[in-house]
Amino acid sequence: MKIELTKLAHARSGDKGDTANVGVIALKDEFYPLLVREVTEERVKEHFGAMVKGKIERFELPNLNALNFLLHESLGGGGTLSLMTDAQGKTFSTALLRMKIEIDDDEAKKLGVL
Amino acid sequence: MKQIVRVASGQGFWGDLLSAPIDQVRGGQIDYLMLDYLAEVTMSIVQKQKQRDPNAGYARDFVSLMREILPDCIEKNIKVTANAGGVNVKGCADAVREVAKDLGLFGKFKIGMITGDDILPRLDEFLDKGVAIKNMDTGESLAEIRDKVQSANVYLGAQPLVEALDKGAQIVIGGRLTDTGLTLAPLMHEFGWTFEDWDKIAAGTIAGHIIECGGQCSGGNCQFDWENIPDLANIGFPIVEAAPNGEFVVTKHANTGGRVNIQSIKEQLLYEMGDPKSYITPDVVADFTSINLKDDGENRVKVFGIRGNPNTDFYKVSIAYSAGWKAVGTLVYSYPNAFEKAQAADKILRQRLEKLGLQFDVILTEFVGVNATHGHLAGAPPKDIPEVQLRFGVRGQNKSDVERFTKELAPLILTGPPSVTGFAGGRPKTEEIMAYFPALIPKSLIETKVEIIEA
Repeated sequence: MKIELTKLAHARSGDKGDTANVGVIALKDEFYPLLVREVTEERVKEHFGAMVKGKIERFELPNLNALNFLLHESLGGGGTLSLMTDAQGKTFSTALLRMKIEIDDDEAKKLGVL
Repeated sequence: MKQIVRVASGQGFWGDLLSAPIDQVRGGQIDYLMLDYLAEVTMSIVQKQKQRDPNAGYARDFVSLMREILPDCIEKNIKVTANAGGVNVKGCADAVREVAKDLGLFGKFKIGMITGDDILPRLDEFLDKGVAIKNMDTGESLAEIRDKVQSANVYLGAQPLVEALDKGAQIVIGGRLTDTGLTLAPLMHEFGWTFEDWDKIAAGTIAGHIIECGGQCSGGNCQFDWENIPDLANIGFPIVEAAPNGEFVVTKHANTGGRVNIQSIKEQLLYEMGDPKSYITPDVVADFTSINLKDDGENRVKVFGIRGNPNTDFYKVSIAYSAGWKAVGTLVYSYPNAFEKAQAADKILRQRLEKLGLQFDVILTEFVGVNATHGHLAGAPPKDIPEVQLRFGVRGQNKSDVERFTKELAPLILTGPPSVTGFAGGRPKTEEIMAYFPALIPKSLIETKVEIIEA
């Protein structure tokens, strides 16, 4: 089955120049291994498509059950250079949480997200 | 030595809730009030203000705030750390002295002034000496943009703040001081931490990171359970209660709105985060993967176990330079076929701009209500979408071309698709663009000055 990441995590995003960062935090600690397994740099790149022109970097924070993503070249130049409504990348958090995660029924049942 | 020092955040950026710092000094016990006024864009704005008026160039909001809370601060012995000085620390300090005179408080306290961060007057000296100042992101050298530079500031750390506090300053004002140093310095001053106690320096830095955005760690902009966060109208700004061993609790005053819990703290910890293992400030390289959080009761989160590594030999420099002009304008189209009408208007506008032969580096169209925040991820809008805002922006090197664009939006009302409104604001404003040139500079080249004046 597929579930939306928003059922598994909350998030906050911000900017540094033309790079947006998205911190993805497991809603329950037991969801974290699933996030590590499924929310990879490749999948996030594929999810955002043309919205992110540069590379994606992922960092793990097991102490917070969280992942941090850097989305390079995603803010139209960033700062005052950008013409975008969201030049500071504030809504990239919820945009990432739209991502669909593949999870088998047994695992979903075990984690209580069915 | 105090066993608990309370540092309260009063301002997350220049333009934040004016009532927040007042509530912090009156709503309960605190020892320090830290106020962050500067974003990257702010430095070029204050530099321009100073060029027009030598007495300007600092956060005037800070002076108004002092008029309100100085009596409370003196009475309760609350100390203030602020980067309100912009590019005119002396001007800011003088304005506070005037306030003290008006309030009959002159002679009752000392002001610490920190300067040396503004290196605009020294850029040519550095270039002449052959100091390599290169853009950290692109590798471009400073010489290539030198003639367009508007401001250049080093991010100074906690050291000069500690010195000012050690010398008895009650109000410490600097220019481009790091946000985190404003919280770390009081803890170093009170607990005697030095630049060898890296774990403690890292703890004070992370405490600063948590509270530097004000209400954003106490329930504001919090996704977790946002619908049930109580009374955001009366949101309490965060307070750090730190202990000499580097452990601290994040909390807020009783009888305030908002919420401090593990989730609100986690969200703020990850805000504007890069590599979590090396969060670099002038003071320390902090390791965010060492942070432990523990629920410590209602609206209290304990933070402990933090590790840090020695600081580097470099300061970060933020240089702002003119990079052309831009303008953004909007129109609103209503049902039926709101999206189709907005798309048609966009096409017409682009044709007219092309016919005029205007040159732009970038033209961006967004349809607010359809794709302005989540782009293509939002999918196609519903057929019966009630309204769509066309948001059209241009950017270019030629100011007159950008200004010419601003005159092409309103004509669409009478010469484009029907049922359009939302133009009451008049023509869009042409704005100068400031681009950023982040670089590193050896600490040994920077001369920081701390002065104490009577007030």
